[in-house]
Amino acid sequence: MWKWLHPYAKTENAYQLCVTLQPWLWLGALLCLAVGTVWGLAFAPQDYQQGDSFRIIYIHVPSAMLSMGTYVAMAIAALVGMVWQWRTAYMSMIAMAPVGAVMTFIALFTGAAWGKPMWGAWWVWDARLTSELILLFLYIGVIALYGAFEDKQQAGKAAGVMALVGVVNIPIIHYSVEWWNTLHQGATISKFDQPSIAPEMLWPLLISLFGFAFFIGAVTTVRLRSEIVRREMHRPWVQKLAQATSENS
Amino acid sequence: MSGLYASGLTCIKRDRVLFDDFSFNLNAGELVYLRGPNGAGKTSLLRILTGLSSPERGDVTFNGVNISSNPSLYYQALIYLGHKSALNGALSAIDNLRFWLAQHGIQNKTLKQISDIDSTIYQVLEHLGLVGLEDVPVRFLSAGQQRRVALSRLWLKTATVWVLDEPFTALDTAGVILLERKMKQHVADGGMIITTSHQALSPEAGTHRCVDLEYRF
Amino acid sequence: MNPLLLGIFKRDMQIAFQQKAELVQPLMFLLMVVTLFPLGVSPSPETLQRIGPGVIWIAAILSSLLGMERLFRDDFIDGSLEQYTLSGMSLPAVATVKVLAHWLVSFVPLLILSPLLAMFLNLSVDMFIALMLTLLIGTPLLSLIGAIAVGLTVGLARGGLLLALLLIPVFIPLLIFATSAVDSAALQLPYHPQLAIIGAMLLLAAAAAPFAIAYSLKVSQN
Repeated sequence: MWKWLHPYAKTENAYQLCVTLQPWLWLGALLCLAVGTVWGLAFAPQDYQQGDSFRIIYIHVPSAMLSMGTYVAMAIAALVGMVWQWRTAYMSMIAMAPVGAVMTFIALFTGAAWGKPMWGAWWVWDARLTSELILLFLYIGVIALYGAFEDKQQAGKAAGVMALVGVVNIPIIHYSVEWWNTLHQGATISKFDQPSIAPEMLWPLLISLFGFAFFIGAVTTVRLRSEIVRREMHRPWVQKLAQATSENS
Repeated sequence: MSGLYASGLTCIKRDRVLFDDFSFNLNAGELVYLRGPNGAGKTSLLRILTGLSSPERGDVTFNGVNISSNPSLYYQALIYLGHKSALNGALSAIDNLRFWLAQHGIQNKTLKQISDIDSTIYQVLEHLGLVGLEDVPVRFLSAGQQRRVALSRLWLKTATVWVLDEPFTALDTAGVILLERKMKQHVADGGMIITTSHQALSPEAGTHRCVDLEYRF
Repeated sequence: MNPLLLGIFKRDMQIAFQQKAELVQPLMFLLMVVTLFPLGVSPSPETLQRIGPGVIWIAAILSSLLGMERLFRDDFIDGSLEQYTLSGMSLPAVATVKVLAHWLVSFVPLLILSPLLAMFLNLSVDMFIALMLTLLIGTPLLSLIGAIAVGLTVGLARGGLLLALLLIPVFIPLLIFATSAVDSAALQLPYHPQLAIIGAMLLLAAAAAPFAIAYSLKVSQN
């Protein structure tokens, strides 16, 4: 069932895949982000309670969802690397890590900015914001561990173990923090507890969610390509590629 | 198919290919002297041969069995002495060796000469010129003495395959001769040794085959 | 227990008791950190009682990070770890025994010290019992999870701070459940749900961590 994946264990094939996918991912990101954000920020109806400040969800919600999603994707890549001994899997894991960390940061930043009009404070120990903050710590741990090793293959394996430990912990952290929050803050109304969302608000949200996903994919392929080239610099196929590029230009 | 066979080994460290498609065999009654400049991958090769690290590609078989498929069988027949002495500085030589022997499952019956493990250890340490130092914490011994304690394992465990990484480091002339004679005797008894060393082996070590690893870019 | 594993256990205990300073220093650190809170926050009994459980647990986590490296560092540096791998023993079993020995020498003294800490921070008897119980089930979890990260960082020259960066986020749920158990005890509420959750986390870690530790030690040695 997974046989079709196996050729991509080879760095050349993975590189080629990145080259093929990249323009489509950029195109998708550009289209969806343009449509989603413009629709969401300019044309979607106002929230009857929060007015225009709610419009930040078109940035906040996709980045928050995808920050978690990227971490899970990293853990899956780490598992693939561990089970099938693929170098490319570890490379793609580490290509995703900073992108995910930036998504987490965007979610935190927009969450804090939204908190100012909502709660009157830049930072409130809201359950979801706290979880995001811990997620950022987990990302930092994985990236720091990867950076600490000189042998990048060893680094990938070590960071992979940490990503897996983290992914087991994400649900535990999420629920423990939520529970801690209800204990300490009593019944504050969470800004996310909307009973339902109007379809004219939902559509732009979905589109910008896809836009963010495409964007993450595009940046990841760029990073993966450069990671492969950097790591395989001395391999004949990279040298051939470099020659071909310099001849074309 | 007796002996240690490595075929098609590729090792990549820090994204540098140390060796590619390297094949090698070590037969019974043979001493292989592995040569190569610093950074050529001698230690990496030895670690792959012991199964401590896994090669990028290729396999190592011992007596026709892949070493990763039945490691405990292989480890019974193997002694690996690396750069590190595997001696805890806070414990005495005798404690360290007793522990190592227990770990490697050396029962009384394996040591045919004398049934008591302790007196065998004392005997070997005496042979290696460490009389009176058996109960001193190892960190108080000199580098050469520590090396001798580490090497005493070769006298204590009956194993066919010896993988020795720079065994002569810090040894004095007498120690070098002692070890070379032991190696010669082991080879004569049908054992197999692969070793690396800064200096060429002296005639004391007996006949040996040289294998060269080149530094690659 | 298998005599070989028993041998490892005895050896680790023997080494630990020859390096008493390394065992005592994290505990002294713990004691001093706890002392800082009444001085830095407020010495009023109510405040201390309110922040007490959190302070003790945070100090315990921080001090455990200081002593954690001891788990595999010496064995890695002197090469004993290589010989463990080459002895044909199962590495997860070896790791479990070493974690057990580490827990006994570094956390049992902490449990013994805890009445003093409870007194310093004005915890009631109920709170103290809850604290003891959470420490009893929670600290093995610290050892098990910590050992994975130690296994990963043991080959690095400056792994100490990195170890803290890796572990602190992972220990957050434990901190939350443990302190809330003690808080519940303060209000005379039942706290067995929290204990049960910590116990569940401990069982999960006990099942999975030995393999993760063995794998990470292999990665470090590769």
